[in-house]
Amino acid sequence: MQVADHDTAEEVAKELGGFLERRREQLAQRWADAPLFRTVFTVSRDEAVEACKAVVDALADVARSNRLEDVQAPGFGTVRDQLGRMAASRTQAGFSSSQIAGEVAGLREPALALLRTEFEESSAEHSEACLLALTVLMGTLRLVVMETSVSAGEELIARQRLQLLEVATPVIKLWEGIVAVPLIGTLDSARSQVVMESLLEAIVDQRARYAILDITGVPTVDSLVAQHLMKTVAAARLMGAECIVSGIRPAIAQTIVHLGIDLGSIITRAGLADALAYALTEQGIVVSQGPAQGGSPR
Amino acid sequence: MHAPPAPTARLPIASDADLAWVRQQVRRAAADLGFGLVQQTKLVTAASELARNTLVHGGGGHVEMTVLEEGACRGLRLSFVDTGPGIRDVELAMTDGYTTGGGLGMGLSGAKRLVQEFALDSRPGEGTNVTVTDWVSGVPSPRTGAP
Amino acid sequence: MSGLPATPASSVPVLALGDVLLVTLQGELHDGTAEQLQDHITHRIAHHPVPVGGVVIDISGVEIVDSFLGRILAEIAANARLLATRTVVAGMRPAVAITLVELGLTLPGLVTALDVDRALSLLGRAPSAAAPAHPEGDA
Repeated sequence: MQVADHDTAEEVAKELGGFLERRREQLAQRWADAPLFRTVFTVSRDEAVEACKAVVDALADVARSNRLEDVQAPGFGTVRDQLGRMAASRTQAGFSSSQIAGEVAGLREPALALLRTEFEESSAEHSEACLLALTVLMGTLRLVVMETSVSAGEELIARQRLQLLEVATPVIKLWEGIVAVPLIGTLDSARSQVVMESLLEAIVDQRARYAILDITGVPTVDSLVAQHLMKTVAAARLMGAECIVSGIRPAIAQTIVHLGIDLGSIITRAGLADALAYALTEQGIVVSQGPAQGGSPR
Repeated sequence: MHAPPAPTARLPIASDADLAWVRQQVRRAAADLGFGLVQQTKLVTAASELARNTLVHGGGGHVEMTVLEEGACRGLRLSFVDTGPGIRDVELAMTDGYTTGGGLGMGLSGAKRLVQEFALDSRPGEGTNVTVTDWVSGVPSPRTGAP
Repeated sequence: MSGLPATPASSVPVLALGDVLLVTLQGELHDGTAEQLQDHITHRIAHHPVPVGGVVIDISGVEIVDSFLGRILAEIAANARLLATRTVVAGMRPAVAITLVELGLTLPGLVTALDVDRALSLLGRAPSAAAPAHPEGDA
């Protein structure tokens, strides 16, 4: 993609800049309907058009300064943030960096079409070179967007991972002074950390004396999982709360015995209900039958 | 190409009072870097263990604190140095429950569990250098290897 | 810079709530101070004319418990037990509990409570509002 010579290149770039300035409104209108802008600026189309204009202005600036291939061109400075936010929005919507790059590439055709129309209406000196230059410039824009979206993607993954870990370990208040954590899925080191922190915070908030760790949803219990459980129990104990591990299925019980895992003095129960019954009894709370509140079906 | 960053601070370890000062300074540095509370607590506790080791077993020494920046990651490196007798059997010293005097023998192996990176360099008669590093993590990172 | 000055053991607040000793540890505790405190408490239990019904060590204000302080707490409790007195450590912070467990210090023999009120209940005493508190004299 070489233009004839340096001077011509500069002229061409300036011409391109001029075109972008002149056709700002029209180009913005066309781009506003492209997925990249339409799905991001959902409040109103005007908002999308304004955003497009900002991008067109930036491109015009880059063109006028004859830095068509320079990703670091100062002209991009004004829209880098906006492009970053747009890329982040698309990333959150589940699009990969290459998909987003594809969407930016989709902006090229409307721009080229508009430029061709202009050349038909008023013959320009370097029409071919201009079209080429626009193609190059759009390619650079694609690179700029890719740069911002890759780093946004990395940040998002990190945040989502943390959110997932937190959401997956809710601590539930079963009764005054009794909390329960239903553990679901494999209990690895990271999950164990989050469980410990959530559980201990809940013990403080709820002034809990009993914490039930239900492992019904934990597929396998090996010595590592047992170790994580024991750490959690030990930490809760240091804060004056007694832990009960419930959800010991027969297969799990057999595995624990078979592996020779010593759960020490941890209290265990088959089911969550059994654990709750134990905790209530320990506190001297008796659940008794009274008159049923609900009406009988007519 | 990066030259190793210069230490941010060098704190003497020669007395009880110095141990408390080291704890305070490490806590401050960790908080400034944005470490979460649990990570801060672990790092300061590890620093307390290692500083005490330096004092009690190493005959005193110092700790060098270095703020690290690698890309978007920020970290803190603590290097405990003494010119004491050194550790004869490093492997033995690193096993749980091992102690040569007082304490519960958790010093080295316990401290290792509290931090992300741990390096021990010791030669009998030449002193000991224990360097630990922690990186600020927004995400709890699964620790590899035996806990 | 020669470090932080030590808090003398005599300025660690030791209140008598009825016949229970309430020891409040705060912030930085030098190794030497911790050891002195251990001695002081043991002597107090052994020699004071009024029998001590229990000891509550409030660590809600403590941000760092390393293996040294952990050992001190365990030893205070062990000494007290030998003198037929129960000890409860109250108010351990979550971050401290997590760190101690990671260190491998689960302090199995130690009786713990969420806070001072719970600790007093454990010792069979009414919560702090009931008994008048008065400060101990100097060590």
